[in-house]
Amino acid sequence: MKTTYLLSEISHTAAKAFGGKAAALRRLQEAGSRVPATLCISTDAYRHFISQSGLKEKIQLELHRKNFSDMRWEEIWDAALRIRNLFLRQKMPEKLAREISNIVAEHFAETSVVVRSSAPEEDAAATSFAGLHESFVNIRGIDPILEHVKLVWASLWSDRALLYRQELGLDIARSTMAVVVQELIAGEVSGVTFSVNPADAAEGLVEAVYGLNQGLVDGAVEPDRWVLQRKEEIIKEHYAPKREKFMAPQANAVILTDLPKNKSLQAPLTPEEAAEIYRKAKKLEEVFGKPQDVEWTKVGSDFFILQSRPVTARQDGADDDRRGWYLSLHRSEDNLKKLRVKIEEVHFPAMISEAAELAKTELQSLSDEALSAELENRLLVKEKWTSVYWEDFIPFAHGMRLFGKLYNDTVSPADPFQFVELLSITPLLSINRNKALQKIVVYVQHHLTLQQSLANGETGNISNTEFNGLMDEFIGLYGDPFCTSYGSDKACDLSRRELINIILQMAGSTLNEGEKLNGPKANKAALETAFLKRFAKGENRAQAEGLLDLARASYKLRDDDNLLLGRIEEQFFLALQEGKNRLGKRFSDSADSLTENEVIHCLVDKGYKPGPGKERKLPTQKKNRLAKARQLLGQPAGPGIGRGLARIIGSTGDLGMFRKGEILVCDAIDPNMTFIIPLAAGIIERRGGMLIHGAIIAREYGIACVTGVPDAATLIHTGDEVTVDGYLGIVTIGQSDTGSAGF
Amino acid sequence: MVNKMTDRKQLQEEIAELLLSQKLAVLSSQTPEGSSYSSLIAFAATGDLQQIVLATPRATRKFANIKYNPKVSLLVDNRSNKEQDLHDAKAVTVMGIVDEINLDASQNDLASLYLQKHPYLDDFLHSPSTAFLLISVYRYYLVSHFQEVMELHIRDENDLSAL
Repeated sequence: MKTTYLLSEISHTAAKAFGGKAAALRRLQEAGSRVPATLCISTDAYRHFISQSGLKEKIQLELHRKNFSDMRWEEIWDAALRIRNLFLRQKMPEKLAREISNIVAEHFAETSVVVRSSAPEEDAAATSFAGLHESFVNIRGIDPILEHVKLVWASLWSDRALLYRQELGLDIARSTMAVVVQELIAGEVSGVTFSVNPADAAEGLVEAVYGLNQGLVDGAVEPDRWVLQRKEEIIKEHYAPKREKFMAPQANAVILTDLPKNKSLQAPLTPEEAAEIYRKAKKLEEVFGKPQDVEWTKVGSDFFILQSRPVTARQDGADDDRRGWYLSLHRSEDNLKKLRVKIEEVHFPAMISEAAELAKTELQSLSDEALSAELENRLLVKEKWTSVYWEDFIPFAHGMRLFGKLYNDTVSPADPFQFVELLSITPLLSINRNKALQKIVVYVQHHLTLQQSLANGETGNISNTEFNGLMDEFIGLYGDPFCTSYGSDKACDLSRRELINIILQMAGSTLNEGEKLNGPKANKAALETAFLKRFAKGENRAQAEGLLDLARASYKLRDDDNLLLGRIEEQFFLALQEGKNRLGKRFSDSADSLTENEVIHCLVDKGYKPGPGKERKLPTQKKNRLAKARQLLGQPAGPGIGRGLARIIGSTGDLGMFRKGEILVCDAIDPNMTFIIPLAAGIIERRGGMLIHGAIIAREYGIACVTGVPDAATLIHTGDEVTVDGYLGIVTIGQSDTGSAGF
Repeated sequence: MVNKMTDRKQLQEEIAELLLSQKLAVLSSQTPEGSSYSSLIAFAATGDLQQIVLATPRATRKFANIKYNPKVSLLVDNRSNKEQDLHDAKAVTVMGIVDEINLDASQNDLASLYLQKHPYLDDFLHSPSTAFLLISVYRYYLVSHFQEVMELHIRDENDLSAL
């Protein structure tokens, strides 16, 4: 079977075998455009690779784990990472590798190349969703080229492609991928020309940057922009940006570099050159019979055409389509580094001081009017930080993913999430909080009379000043975990009782939290050394270390941000509770169901009567036990096997009932809930993902964890016997038929 | 005598071919209350028809059942869900005794046999929560031509019980 051809050997109508990009390049070549030396690897190679290796069925198994419609974007990213790792770890069949190697050696033995995706579907839909599949720039040497061919194949199943699977017509059983390997032309200037401006049909558009056009394509470098009159082919306007950076090939990558002063003052193209490349694009429009979006690079006075495709308006989908937002979470390292500074130096100190400032106000001493104003202010503060959470904190989590990709590309470990091990070096705030709680637990363990009094419910009048001091210190530092947003169905002043219950649970248990914390440090250090060893050269090594550092910050901050937000929310709920307490006299029982805005209103307007309170919706438990779930599938998010009775956690109040050795079942683990985790034998979450909070903490404690189980909190009932298989992502409900099954 | 040998060889070949052509089989185990319990499983058989391997998560009913009673039967067939199955399809019923095998020990040949047939199941097979099971076969019943049944004795059932 021959799979790899020179561009001149293929037909421009063979898009099905060689993909849209290859077919268009062939057409450009036939039309006399100057194109880089190109090899085309057909879809047969992809098909052969995945069927020979058993990968075909593995991809299907991965993508049929649950309905696509039930998958969150984080789960889609996880699935794409697992599939990518399968490709990385699978060796190419020898004959296929030999065929590609021979022809690569003949043409590109000493040349840097670009390895690009050329999907058969790309002709149609993918043009509107450019960048869904991957391309790799500045790859040199036969083995690295083969490795990147595999990565291009894997990108058929990238998270972006999976998000836009319907538009792409992605078919799990049938879709294939062709690849083009092109000589890297390191032009002094590169750009994109639209024979028709997507924004105005009477115009054409030329965009140009210094260096390679990767900077332009991914938005890192702002281009010079010329708007032309389409018919007359003359320049109407030229927009010059502040020229600061350019993309240049370096080592095995392309990097963003400072632009020399003389270039920053001069446009990358003269008006004549801009008009020349525009005319070329117009000619290509005639060749292809449709307006074209042409990517080019300029060497000396020559324009090389890198690709040409039909101009389509960028589709971002309907208003309720959040995929654009998900895609925007793919941030560059540069962008994330700036975000880190903002979070660490601006947001976090502001959150800490804002929470402390709010805590200074003695709510009890305020008049009703002043309390109403205070509550309104705290609501605003809470909303402000919630929006910062979405805008800055969530995108920052992408730092972990960026590192994960580099780690897997470098190490190709058996477990695609091994990289998480390297991230958990610095203690998370919630682990520190659990350690502080453990200090109280140890104190209680050593003071039996105190333990007895607490167990008898004498929480209000404990005279042990040391114990009271420890409790105050804990709540002062970390807040009362029962008095936060999660459910908030208990008055904050009653919540200390709940906290003490948990302390008693922990005191009664023999486990030592220190021992329970996952993974010997030595193993983590060995993984880190093995990873960094792969980067011998100075520049690359520094880059790898930089990315690891960024990922660690991302890992840690994703935990800390939640806890800090919890502190702000606690202040809000304290004020809300105070308001409700005061209104309790006026509305008796119904004060509890008032919304925050109603409380604000009622406190200042004594005559105001709110409408009927909404009844709190409880998750409906399916009473029909004749049809019930026996085995559910999710993601294996924390290795291990846990067995015990299920405890459904619907609100903070439920946490107080949690008993050691139970299986925690919930919709999503709120970071404010994590103090309970050391007591759990296993964790099941509806919300899916390998890098979500619950999964991170479960791994830290070595607790079996399965995430992404649809309807977990309704299909499983408190008291059900449950087995959590954190290796395979399986949850089994109900006893095995024999108690003596013995494992 | 010669004929008998040939028949046995033919029968053996026919069964081996059927086992090789099929990836999935129906495993029947018995619950402690005495009900039969059937499960669809992926399997692989050794060329000499002596052994069949399969894997299952330990938290399943079938695993609990076979721990209670290791005598199992397996149905392998080549149905195509069409009318002609009645005359065309073959089915083999396997009788055997199952035992858990240790993947780390010397039984790696059996793991390779299983993974050669099901390369996509390597993560599943190697998960600590998965049990790798070996059925030592004592008898096959091959059904073809609608009602023709041939028996192939591999070994004596009582010999196996002592294993």
